[in-house]
Amino acid sequence: MNVALFVPCYIDQFFPDVAIATLELLEAQGVTVHFPPSQTCCGQPMANTGCSAEAAPVARQFVEMFAGYDAVVCPSGSCVSMVRNHYGDYFAPDDEQFTQVRDATFELCEFLVDRLNVREIEGRFPHKVSIHSSCHGLRELRLGPCSEQQTPRENRLRILLESLADVEIMPLTRIDECCGFGGTFAVTERETSVAMGVDRVQDHIAAGSEVMIAGDMSCLMHMQGLISRRKMPLRVMHIAQALAGRELAPSP
Amino acid sequence: MSPSLPIIDHPRAARDFVNNVPRSHWHDDALWFVRVKRDRQAQSLPEWEYLREQASAIKQHTIANLGTYLQEFEANASRMGAVVHWAADAAEHNQIVLKLLQKNNAQRIIKSKSMLTEECGLNEFLIDNGIDVVDTDLGERIVQLRGEHPSHIVLPAIHIKKEEVGETFHQHLGTRQGEADPQVLTEAARGHLRGKFLDGEVGITGVNFAIANTGGIVVCTNEGNADLGVSLPRVHIACMGIEKLLPRFADLGVFTRLLARSATGQPITSYTSHFHGPRDAQSELHIVLVDNGRSRIRDSDTFRDSLNCIRCGACMNTCPVYRRSGGHSYNATVPGPIGSVLGPAREPKVHKSLPYACSLCGSCTDVCPVKIPLHHQLLAWRKVLVGKRLLAWNKRVGMKAASILFRHPRLFRFAGYTGRTALRVLPKALTHNRLNEWAIDRDLPTPPRQSFRAWYAENRKQTKPEDVK
Repeated sequence: MNVALFVPCYIDQFFPDVAIATLELLEAQGVTVHFPPSQTCCGQPMANTGCSAEAAPVARQFVEMFAGYDAVVCPSGSCVSMVRNHYGDYFAPDDEQFTQVRDATFELCEFLVDRLNVREIEGRFPHKVSIHSSCHGLRELRLGPCSEQQTPRENRLRILLESLADVEIMPLTRIDECCGFGGTFAVTERETSVAMGVDRVQDHIAAGSEVMIAGDMSCLMHMQGLISRRKMPLRVMHIAQALAGRELAPSP
Repeated sequence: MSPSLPIIDHPRAARDFVNNVPRSHWHDDALWFVRVKRDRQAQSLPEWEYLREQASAIKQHTIANLGTYLQEFEANASRMGAVVHWAADAAEHNQIVLKLLQKNNAQRIIKSKSMLTEECGLNEFLIDNGIDVVDTDLGERIVQLRGEHPSHIVLPAIHIKKEEVGETFHQHLGTRQGEADPQVLTEAARGHLRGKFLDGEVGITGVNFAIANTGGIVVCTNEGNADLGVSLPRVHIACMGIEKLLPRFADLGVFTRLLARSATGQPITSYTSHFHGPRDAQSELHIVLVDNGRSRIRDSDTFRDSLNCIRCGACMNTCPVYRRSGGHSYNATVPGPIGSVLGPAREPKVHKSLPYACSLCGSCTDVCPVKIPLHHQLLAWRKVLVGKRLLAWNKRVGMKAASILFRHPRLFRFAGYTGRTALRVLPKALTHNRLNEWAIDRDLPTPPRQSFRAWYAENRKQTKPEDVK
């Protein structure tokens, strides 16, 4: 299978190890992975602000870049949702290059479970962890069941995470509440965003978790910023890093 | 709503409420409690998702054939002796109600909770015309006594603590100072309202559902105040938005099952009252059908589904922004996610910040019993607002710059390298100051020396190396 790795802009610049872990995970499954080096961003910041004219050329560039691969895999549910659910605004519905890329783009855990049928990852993660279900992965990609609906769904992140040896997944009070990142929302509605994030972190701490694990680094970047400023007793890790066998960094 | 209203800036309007952390938490917990009750009720019905599907389909069908069903409703309601009035907007609605009151020489109105009359500003209008209006829903009476507006469409006084209600009642109803026992306060309100009920000359109610094939209307309350309010006076005026219609009586069950469960987590409202014409030959039933911008929403392919709304308030209870910033921060008759869709439809300029008062988490869409794609509509509104040139210039410029950056991979690499280096070498005072909104309350991530693309070029040789930093 001819797979392209899509590394979101902020992961490329700030969290390269998340992308390296993603690459290693895919390679461990025998997948040949390409990284088209001219890639930048999916265009979500502009699209979510309503700036279609600014998002459209970025979306077109993305589709041209990733056309022709059997799959495009990305360690961020939010960016995948942008391609799958919102790129339609920028392309004709019968644009074959667009529909091919849209249908071939997957979030990492979704790709592993749904396409490669991986249900177990070898390795151990001997920690008390809690899963932050990032909203776009949860409610736009349906990577797991959401608390509002009564539709049964498999939780792709959980399946993979709990297959690791010695991991203990702690239960949260509010299982899938938003962390308040929301892209530019984090800046334009700073007070509300921060209040949401602090509450989210507190729920994970109260659950007795050592490390919060999520499929979207953007939520984690926001909450890591809050944790670090307030010196709260919790660490964050992208699921790709936990699955790829990264050790939990010692407490700062 | 008059166009002279000030432009609302949600972040600023929310600031005091959010920054009062204990109060914001108390508000958040109160609404989350309702959301949890709602979840339990939804889980108790194996057919929950099927009901939502049905409700959405019935509403879509009704809105698509609205003209036909409204005429059918008018014919059937008139046949049973109700008088049907048509109002194009809020002003016409208020005039119709005033004329009816004047014709009946009525000075004292007892009103049950109705978000439509809130939307039309009926209370203020009637009071300006020398008519005494008493809201009889307990929560709404509390906000009325305090000179406020409801902060929630189902729980109008959810923002007020019982101690504050005690203070209000002490001032207006003469209860003991410092009284905060809900039982005592409720008894005081009951005694006070009983007098108002007995004095009332005309009862005004909202309408939860109107049924085309019977001509009947349905009013749902938990306090029975609407029943009392229209049973004592001779004249009942029911005010409804034209989207409240259902085609058949048989459709109603789908909605009454969803409404109370979604709104308050009850299996059904305490009172689901049906009105089929005036109660006797001496009585009158007037039904005012109000458009007030609804036809315009109906014409829009993007926002049409927002007319499905049955005003249950579930989207507010689940919205993490609403729960922390409070209903008044929206400065709109209907706050929260659905209000942020409806507000800009009425006054795009006034309500332009509301579609951005949302983290796009999508919980509102999934909780909505009639399947309005709320967060997608909020996103769609942002596009419309940008098209109307209503986005702040600094955001606009920022997004233009980002677009240029992302369209030029070399520039992106260079900017990334420069940014990371700056973050590493500059003193924290320069990177974490008041100019950087992100870093006022949050630390920035520790920048790595190497981007992923640089690492890849070094470690995976199969791709043609580029001039990466």
